[in-house]
Amino acid sequence: MRQSKPINSDRPKRTGFVFTVLIIALISVFLISFMLGRYPVSVIRVLEVFASKVMSIFGLSPISTVTPEMEAVVWNIRLPRILMACLVGCCLSCAGASYQGVFQNPMASPDILGASNGAAFGAALAILLGLANRMITIAAFVSSIATVAIVFLVAKYAPGQKTMNLILAGIMIGSLFSAGTSYIKLVADPSNQLPQITYWLMGSLSGVKLKDFNLVVIGAMVIGCAALFAIRWKINLLTLGDEEARSLGINTNRLRLIVIVASTLVTAASISVSGVIGWVGLVIPHIARKLVGSNYRYLIPASMISGAVFLLIVDNFSRNLLATEIPLGILTAFVGAPFFVYLILKRAKTF
Amino acid sequence: MSIQIENLYFAYGKKKVLEGISFEVPDKCLCSVLGPNGAGKTTLFKCILGMLKKYRGEIKIDDISTRNLSAKELAHRIAYIPQSHNQTFDYRVIDMALMGTDHNLSMFSAPGRKEILRAEEALDRVGILYMREKLFSHLSGGEQQLVLVARALAQGSHTLLMDEPTSALDYGNQSMVMEQARLLADEGYCVVLSTHTPQHSLWYADMALALQGGNIAAFGAPAKVLNEELIDTLYGVKTNFIETESGTIISPGSKTYRKTN
Repeated sequence: MRQSKPINSDRPKRTGFVFTVLIIALISVFLISFMLGRYPVSVIRVLEVFASKVMSIFGLSPISTVTPEMEAVVWNIRLPRILMACLVGCCLSCAGASYQGVFQNPMASPDILGASNGAAFGAALAILLGLANRMITIAAFVSSIATVAIVFLVAKYAPGQKTMNLILAGIMIGSLFSAGTSYIKLVADPSNQLPQITYWLMGSLSGVKLKDFNLVVIGAMVIGCAALFAIRWKINLLTLGDEEARSLGINTNRLRLIVIVASTLVTAASISVSGVIGWVGLVIPHIARKLVGSNYRYLIPASMISGAVFLLIVDNFSRNLLATEIPLGILTAFVGAPFFVYLILKRAKTF
Repeated sequence: MSIQIENLYFAYGKKKVLEGISFEVPDKCLCSVLGPNGAGKTTLFKCILGMLKKYRGEIKIDDISTRNLSAKELAHRIAYIPQSHNQTFDYRVIDMALMGTDHNLSMFSAPGRKEILRAEEALDRVGILYMREKLFSHLSGGEQQLVLVARALAQGSHTLLMDEPTSALDYGNQSMVMEQARLLADEGYCVVLSTHTPQHSLWYADMALALQGGNIAAFGAPAKVLNEELIDTLYGVKTNFIETESGTIISPGSKTYRKTN
C-alpha cells in the first residue's frame, strides 16, 4: 500500500504562497489607494507623509517636501477612509465565513440574523429625527445589535432545531424592521431626509473620520475579529452539525453563542459606519475557500485579507470612477451577483 | 465492563421508545444491534451519547455514569461514528481526522504537531494514510466511513458506537468496513454497531442485541440467539439458516426464489 511520509502539518499545499500573494496585494492596494483621487499624490510623497508623521512623534523636524495640503489629503482625508474600507471588508468577510460555518450553509451572509435590517432601521430613524452624523452611526449600531438579540431570544424559546430557528427568526424579525424602514421612508421629508436615507441604505464610506464614536466602532471590530480569529479552528466542528460536534466533545450551544456574538459585533460595527454593503460577506468567503480550502484555521485569515483587499479596490472605484461617488452597495452587487451566477453554473465542486 | 445499560426507559412525550432495557458489552467485543425501523436503535444510541438526557435508568461507560458528564468528558470515553454523509463544506481527509483530537484542545488552540501525529496514526491504522490530502467528497462511501472510523480512533476513546455503518454502502465497501470493525474489536475496543443485515452479525459480531418495540427480543452470541423465529419476529420475513463450512448463511425463504428449470 502506498504510504506518504508524515508531514506534521495540516497546512494544505500552496497555502504559504497564497498568503504571501494576499499580503503583497493588500500592501500594494493600500499604497496605491493613497495615490488615487482628485488631488494626485505619488507613492514617494505618500511614504514621505508617513515618514514625516513618524518623525514628528519622535520630535524630529518634518520632511521639507511635505506640504500642508498634501498632508491633509493623505493623512486626514484618505487614511481614515482607506483604513475603514480595509476594516469593513475584513469584518464583513470573516463574519460571513463564520455565519456560514455556524449555519452549515454556504449561502449564509452577515445579515442572516437581521443585523443589516436592524441597522438600516436605526439609521433611518436617526435621520428622520434630524440627528447628527455621529448619532446616526450610534443608532445603527445599537439597533443592529438589538435586532440580533431579539432574533436570538425568539430562537432560544422556540422548540426544535436551533440553527433553523435562528434562520427563521432572522427572516421574520428582519422583515419586520425592514417594514419599519419603509414606513420611515414614507413619512420622511422627500427633499432632504429621504435622499439621505436612500443613500445610507446603499452604503458609502465618504467622509469617514477616525474620531468620536468611530473609535468605539473600530474597537468593536478589532475585538470581534480577534475573537473569531482565536476560535477559528473550533468553527470547523460546528459545520459538522450539532450531534457530531457534541460527540467530538464540543459544547455546541456555548461555541455557537460566542461565534454569533463576535460575528454580530463586527457586522453591526461595519454597517453602522458604512451603511448596507451586501455581497462582500457572501462572496469573499467562497473565494477564500477556493484559495485555501475549507479549514477555518486558514479560511478565516484568508477571508479577512481578501475582504480588505476587495473592499479597498471597490471603494477606489466608488470614489474615482465618476465625478460623483457611486454607492458601495451598488458596486459590490455588480461584482457579487455575476460571480454568484458563475458559482451556480459551476457548482459541481465548489462546496 | 465497557458499556453497561441498566433499566433504560425513554419516551418522546407519551410515545414510549425504550421500555426498560438492560445489557452489558465488555471490552474486546463487537456487539451488533438489530431490529426493525422504529425499534429504538437510534434512541438507544442517542441516550448513550448524551444527546437525549431525559431517560430513566443508568448508562455506564467504564463503570462511570454518563448522565452528568460534559460533552468533553464524554468524548474522552466514547466515540460516535455516524453514517457517512456529504458535508456542507468539503474537508480534506486529514482535517476530518484532526477533528477527532479536538476534545484535548483548549478553546483557543488548534491542533499542533502532537494532534497531527495522532490523526495520521489513526488514518494509518485503517489503511488510508495515503489519502491524507484528498477531499472527503472525492472518496467512495466506504472510504468516507473509514475516515470517520479514523476520526473516532484519533479521539482516543475505547468505546466506539457506529450508526448503521454499512447501510449506504455497496457490497465491497460493506465488507471493508465490517472487517475494520472486527479488527478493532480484536485490538481491544468495545464496538457497538447497529445494522440492518443479520448476516453481518453472524459473520463478524461477538454479541447480537435484538430490539423490538423498545424491548430486548434477544441478546447473546449471534450463533445462539439468531434463528429463523427471531428474524421472523423482528422483520416478518421467512428465512432459512443454512449451515455451511464457512458458517451459517441466512437465505430467503424458498418460496420467494426465482423458478429455475
